[in-house]
Amino acid sequence: MAAYIAQNRVEMFSRSNDMVPNWENQEVSTGTTIMAVEFDGGVVIGADSRTTTGAYIANRVTDKLTPIHDHIFCCRSGSAADTQAIADAVSYQLGFHSIELDEPPLVQTAANLFKQMCYRYREELMAGIIVAGWDKRRGGQVYTVPMGGMLVRQPVSVGGSGSSYIYGFVDSNYRTGMTKEECLRFTAEALALAMERDGSSGGVARLAAITEAGLERTVILGNQLPTFFNA
Amino acid sequence: MATLSVCQPQLGGFSFENCKRNALLEANVTNLGCGLPSFRKTGTTICGVVYKDGVVLGADTRATEGMVVADKNCSKIHYISPNIYCCGAGTAADTEMTTQLISSNLELHSLSTNRLPRVATANRMLKQMLFRYQGYIGAALVLGGVDCNGPHLYSIYPHGSTDKLPYVTMGSGSLAAMAVFEDRYRPNMEEEEAKRLVRDAIAAGIFNDLGSGSNIDLCVITKDRVDYLRPHDQANQKGVRSGDYKYKHGTTGILTKAVTPLLLDVVEESVQTMDTS
Repeated sequence: MAAYIAQNRVEMFSRSNDMVPNWENQEVSTGTTIMAVEFDGGVVIGADSRTTTGAYIANRVTDKLTPIHDHIFCCRSGSAADTQAIADAVSYQLGFHSIELDEPPLVQTAANLFKQMCYRYREELMAGIIVAGWDKRRGGQVYTVPMGGMLVRQPVSVGGSGSSYIYGFVDSNYRTGMTKEECLRFTAEALALAMERDGSSGGVARLAAITEAGLERTVILGNQLPTFFNA
Repeated sequence: MATLSVCQPQLGGFSFENCKRNALLEANVTNLGCGLPSFRKTGTTICGVVYKDGVVLGADTRATEGMVVADKNCSKIHYISPNIYCCGAGTAADTEMTTQLISSNLELHSLSTNRLPRVATANRMLKQMLFRYQGYIGAALVLGGVDCNGPHLYSIYPHGSTDKLPYVTMGSGSLAAMAVFEDRYRPNMEEEEAKRLVRDAIAAGIFNDLGSGSNIDLCVITKDRVDYLRPHDQANQKGVRSGDYKYKHGTTGILTKAVTPLLLDVVEESVQTMDTS
């Protein structure tokens, strides 16, 4: 009840005071397109780089691929504050757990920590997260934790506002048994298509490949993105 | 909704008791006949840039209460630690109190670790506090400083999200300032060029945004020293009146003159000096 009334208060003040533009009072959100693909020996993850407050781009070079542990990353979409806070909390919990175990943690463990937090506080949070990484037990894995706190493992997963535009592309172009390079190209093309169509996604495309050997990060600048037919 | 009894001490955090009353008042504004009080905001243009030897922070100096300028020369660059300063936009009280709280906690932390505090530590403390209050603390901050790992610059939003970037702007004039930055920023600038860039960015905010105005304050932080330049540039000086409404003696002719003395006794005399500080 208190939160609902308070929200009206914020809107009233922004309407009455014309000097402070509307986007000042709006929450920062990662509009976003995020994606993760499994391959034999690791995962490829990708994201755009746009963070918006309303119609203003607050950060055009955001890094939405956040390390949770040495071989485990998460792709963040939704409210920037919520996802940053969740990622910080889970990094801490996972680091502690890993020290207790004296072993690198499992991707499934990280995914479950995300799920527990996102489900418990589902009413308060706005966060759609894809957890991806490599561990010794099951190799490359992708787990998706959408808003509401579901947890499911998928070979390929997309998220964020731009994901709606690329479900068809992903479903028709994904094949099992792709190599790392094929996965990187597949992800780059999917992100490029989403960034072209979704207003809340854009900037540069950030890709990362996580394998047993470690991490390889690449950035594809706006003018270097793969191009398609433009009507 | 919790309603506390008068005798029970507050357990800390915000009391939302008055929200229902405020909502009723807002709904009946037309019936009441008077306006609602508005809180003092720093309309503001604040920005920061990382250059070769450190960071340069800049801010305007206007504080507004609704459509009226409450303070023509307020200081928006707050001290956090000897090597870290923070510009604040949004609700003036929130930025002031938040930066003071974190400055105090950081000093205790620094005494405990026996090291100069890091900018990342200040960033963590600020973002965790603002996230805890879920955006109700209206503080949008530009945090900059130099520590053992070099110069760092963060922008912190009221809901608790942060961005680590080479140049940032915040406040109602941030779009104007960002336009200047996007045009002229280069990595590894010299100090004079960086100061000129920040000065021009704040000036763009001052002249193109109604919520920002008056002077430009700068704060240059390097590994060895901090230059707190207040004011760096008095962009808006009060104009000198060109005309005069004084009339000379004799302009109006005197027809008659009658003097009536008023006989008054001094009963009590006390002097109270005006505080002109």
